[in-house]
Amino acid sequence: MHLETMDREYIHSGHVGCPGCGAAIAMRFVLKALGEKTIMVMPACCWSIIAGPYPQSTLKIPMLHAAFETGGAVASGVRAALDVKGDSDTTVLAWAGDGGTFDIGFQALSGAVERNEDFLYVCYDNEAYMNTGVQRSSSTPYGAWTTTTPGRQWKRLRKKNIVEALVAHRIHYAATANIAYPEDLMGKAAKAKTMTGSRFLHIFATCPTGWRLPSEMSVKIARMAVQTNIFPLYEVEDGVRYTINFMPKGYLVNEYFRLQGRFKHLSDEDLAEIQEMVDEDWNLLLRKAGMAPA
Amino acid sequence: MRKVIEGSHAVAEGVRLARAQVISAYPITPQTHIVERLSEFCADGTLDARFLRVESEHSALAALIGAASTGVRTFTATSSQGLALMHELLHWASGARLPIVMANVNRALAPGWNIWADQTDSLAQRDTGWIQLYCEDSQEVLDTTLQAYRLAEWVNLPVMVILDAFFLSHTYEPVDIPDQETVDRFLPPFQPRFHLNPESPCTFGQMSPPGVYMEMRRSIQAAMEDALVAFADVEEEFSRAHGRRYGPVEAVHCDDAGVILVTSGTVTSTSRQVIAELRARGEKVGLLKIKLFRPFPVESIRAALGRARKVAVIDRNFSFGASGIFAQEIRAALCNLRGHPAVFGYIAGLGGRDVTTAVIEEIYIRTRDAEAPKEESIWVGLQEVKHAP
Repeated sequence: MHLETMDREYIHSGHVGCPGCGAAIAMRFVLKALGEKTIMVMPACCWSIIAGPYPQSTLKIPMLHAAFETGGAVASGVRAALDVKGDSDTTVLAWAGDGGTFDIGFQALSGAVERNEDFLYVCYDNEAYMNTGVQRSSSTPYGAWTTTTPGRQWKRLRKKNIVEALVAHRIHYAATANIAYPEDLMGKAAKAKTMTGSRFLHIFATCPTGWRLPSEMSVKIARMAVQTNIFPLYEVEDGVRYTINFMPKGYLVNEYFRLQGRFKHLSDEDLAEIQEMVDEDWNLLLRKAGMAPA
Repeated sequence: MRKVIEGSHAVAEGVRLARAQVISAYPITPQTHIVERLSEFCADGTLDARFLRVESEHSALAALIGAASTGVRTFTATSSQGLALMHELLHWASGARLPIVMANVNRALAPGWNIWADQTDSLAQRDTGWIQLYCEDSQEVLDTTLQAYRLAEWVNLPVMVILDAFFLSHTYEPVDIPDQETVDRFLPPFQPRFHLNPESPCTFGQMSPPGVYMEMRRSIQAAMEDALVAFADVEEEFSRAHGRRYGPVEAVHCDDAGVILVTSGTVTSTSRQVIAELRARGEKVGLLKIKLFRPFPVESIRAALGRARKVAVIDRNFSFGASGIFAQEIRAALCNLRGHPAVFGYIAGLGGRDVTTAVIEEIYIRTRDAEAPKEESIWVGLQEVKHAP
């Protein structure tokens, strides 16, 4: 990566995100890697607010705010128009949260990826509907409290594996990234920028507000998600070639869960069960990457 | 060049001549022939456009919102359930002031599952900020498609070109297809007033607090008011180039008529025949065809209907809990006119049932012979329904 990447900023210093917002950090790094020849399509998400109200905007690149479920489709239309105009240099970036990607926007995303639309789709994943006040999504992990999974009805269903769902489409490039690993994150965004066809970046983005976590813990907890194998860093090319980018030392999940208010109701038995799920998912990934016996 | 073509193909010919640049559509009967023909045009190079074969009507319009925001000429077509699925984005397209053109083939909404003509699908979208143009025949369909682009790009509002299922979409008629040079003079390449551009980065459609939102809404209404004036100018230019004009409304024998029928779409053609026959028998009957529904041409309607004693509105649509939608609008347009005519509302032809000359004549006779409307809506030709014991 070129050194000047660190000096380029495509968001102004003012924005209206919460303190410690992982989505703001993710945006800053992705735009550094993509540069100014970028048009962003943003379906409704936390960033609809973070960018600021009319007539102000924290973004230095053109942005089209779009309906919640339309990220994949609107980005397809922007790309088609640029192609018609003979502009193949500009990168089309769809920027959506987990609700707009895993849930309500999944149909449009699936359709666009099946058509191999030439854009980079970034999902910044804060694991619930944070903008509307912490309601569960299909990205909310097993064990989590949200305002729609309160009390004893905490979420007892596993998080949807969005990367694998897109890999099943044989998407040209899919990768996970994390705000605590900026070099890896920017490297993947820069790599995706040079490719054509559909590209997907799944960025783990802490939400201190929704996760009931002190804002200064935002980056630390994101790093722990990688180091515990809860959120492994890996890439998949053309739906088959897996590369694991970070081999953790095998930290147990307990501390990650104990630090967050959203998991405070979990018992030791619950955490043991979660550890088994994490181990199972990790071993499955190792097998796909050819790093464990099948 | 005069050719015998299907109504659906008249739409496609219009889109080809308009040199649409991005087309995005999802198939639904009876719209399919439009997008199939456009697919052929794109495949054989007749039309130099990108065709996005999306996975839903919702995505079809969403993709055009992206494309039109990037500054190119766009087209989609749909019908019924597909239009209903687009509802959210109909608001979005007009709010974003995008000159998208769409053909909607009027089809009934389910259940019962019905693919035949019924205007409730498009009329239910009357509050979405789209200009709506209802067509009577295939020539008008083609001409209106061309006019729609001029109008849309003039006032920066989306335009819906509307045609009846099967009666128009699947019927072959002789149509004069203009040559490309004439159309190019009438409709030059699209010059967007704004578009997504990395060299001049702007944010479109962002959060708009109470302090600014109301003015944005008012500007859409101002554009609708402009559209009434612009439509006349577009028609004037179109008629100079192509020798045809339709008007926002067309008044036939309204000057001396005691009873005026109000129609839209293909019911108009049948009504023309009926009033010609009635006139020949000495009946003082007139006809008002409504082509432009949004913006609603209130002044033209008052001028045409104001002197009549009675107005009979034929609605191939219905607003449950109220009445036929054209009847509502006509009543609202006339209510502040001193001594305005009595408005009779007739519901006919729902779900593709034929509105025959006999049906229209019955509507005329019932209106002529009644002192005043006894009910808000008179359902014509209803059969007796036998319920299970």
